[in-house]
Amino acid sequence: MANTLQFDLVSPERRLASVLATEVLIPGADGDMTAMANHAATITSLRPGLLTVTGPEGKMTYAVTGGFADITAASTSVLAERAVPLSEVTAEMMDGLIADATTAAAAASVDARNVTDKLVADLQALRAAVGV
Amino acid sequence: MPSLKALKNRIVSVKNTRKITKAMQMVAAAKLRRAQDSAEAARPYAERMMAVMSGLAASVGGSSTAPKLLSGTGNDKVHLLVVMTSERGLCGGFNSTIVRLARGKIRALLAEGKTVKILTVGKKGREQLKRDFSTLFVGHVDMTEVKRVGYADAQGIARDILARFDAGEFDVATLFFNRFQSVISQVPTAQQIIPAIFEQVETESTLYDYEPSEEAILADLLPRGIATQVFTALLENGASEQGARMSAMDNATRNAGDMIDRLTIVYNRSRQAAITKELIEIISGAEAL
Repeated sequence: MANTLQFDLVSPERRLASVLATEVLIPGADGDMTAMANHAATITSLRPGLLTVTGPEGKMTYAVTGGFADITAASTSVLAERAVPLSEVTAEMMDGLIADATTAAAAASVDARNVTDKLVADLQALRAAVGV
Repeated sequence: MPSLKALKNRIVSVKNTRKITKAMQMVAAAKLRRAQDSAEAARPYAERMMAVMSGLAASVGGSSTAPKLLSGTGNDKVHLLVVMTSERGLCGGFNSTIVRLARGKIRALLAEGKTVKILTVGKKGREQLKRDFSTLFVGHVDMTEVKRVGYADAQGIARDILARFDAGEFDVATLFFNRFQSVISQVPTAQQIIPAIFEQVETESTLYDYEPSEEAILADLLPRGIATQVFTALLENGASEQGARMSAMDNATRNAGDMIDRLTIVYNRSRQAAITKELIEIISGAEAL
């Protein structure tokens, strides 16, 4: 199968998925990107967002909160700090994450402000996208 | 010669001890399996992370703008030692081996005129190190409440270490923990985490595109890498603790068995002696008549 790639989703505590996929939509730090077979080798960091894997067995969507993705021609591995299947995301979980990020943003120095504010905005966008 | 009753009591008490150590051994065996599973499950992430980071470090490391976490602060005057031990005892030499390694390192550093700061994780190590180096302590992480080590725990410790680093409290950080090899063998290990050291791994020479820039990714990854290293160390330590406890309790159970056998022989012998003595008294009494 020339047009599939090996997709791995790994969190620090365990491997969440290891499947064949035709395309993987990754929420990259500089914007979304879709990895397909024979993609140029790329490493990108992630922003909080939705990760969608399309494969022979259908579509799976995960909410991820940062980490990075390692894309090569034959495989894509996403190392997410936290990844949860879309159906298991709860409002409390999102609220907790947003609250943490907001306190961190409030405490951050002026230099780090951009980064922390973006994190809060990304989390809020993720919450809206999840729709909880 | 203790009385029969005293002997009997001792046998009963040793039998009770054996029951307890046997139960502890079985609990440790069950926990060990779980600890090993989680250590196993965490491995892919840690390995991937290190591979990517060492690739990045190799390409960025030389430049003068490299992050401090990688290049260091430029001197190595103040050392932070993070000593990881268990919260509970009864696990053989587990805690002592770590503490011995840490103590050796502390003495060596002090002899070189460096400043040493100690951060302990786990109660047992703190108790042992407090005796000699109570003035060097800067903090302690209590894991008593933690039933199962999660990534969040490691993140907490890593955040603490990073905050101290950003505040300029130390130049070099080293982790002390036991690396799990097998049930009977745990290797006390010292691992330097700041500045980061990477083993030169032979990476396939794929040329990667980086998004955003290499340095931005590296700056993002290094703190995560520290959390990952702390997490790995915690898991290894957890598995080692259970392994050490299991073999210690196995030994204790066997010792208790031996002791019961010996005591039973002594008990039977003195019971026989008592009977013989009584018989002799009766017979000699009858003959005297």
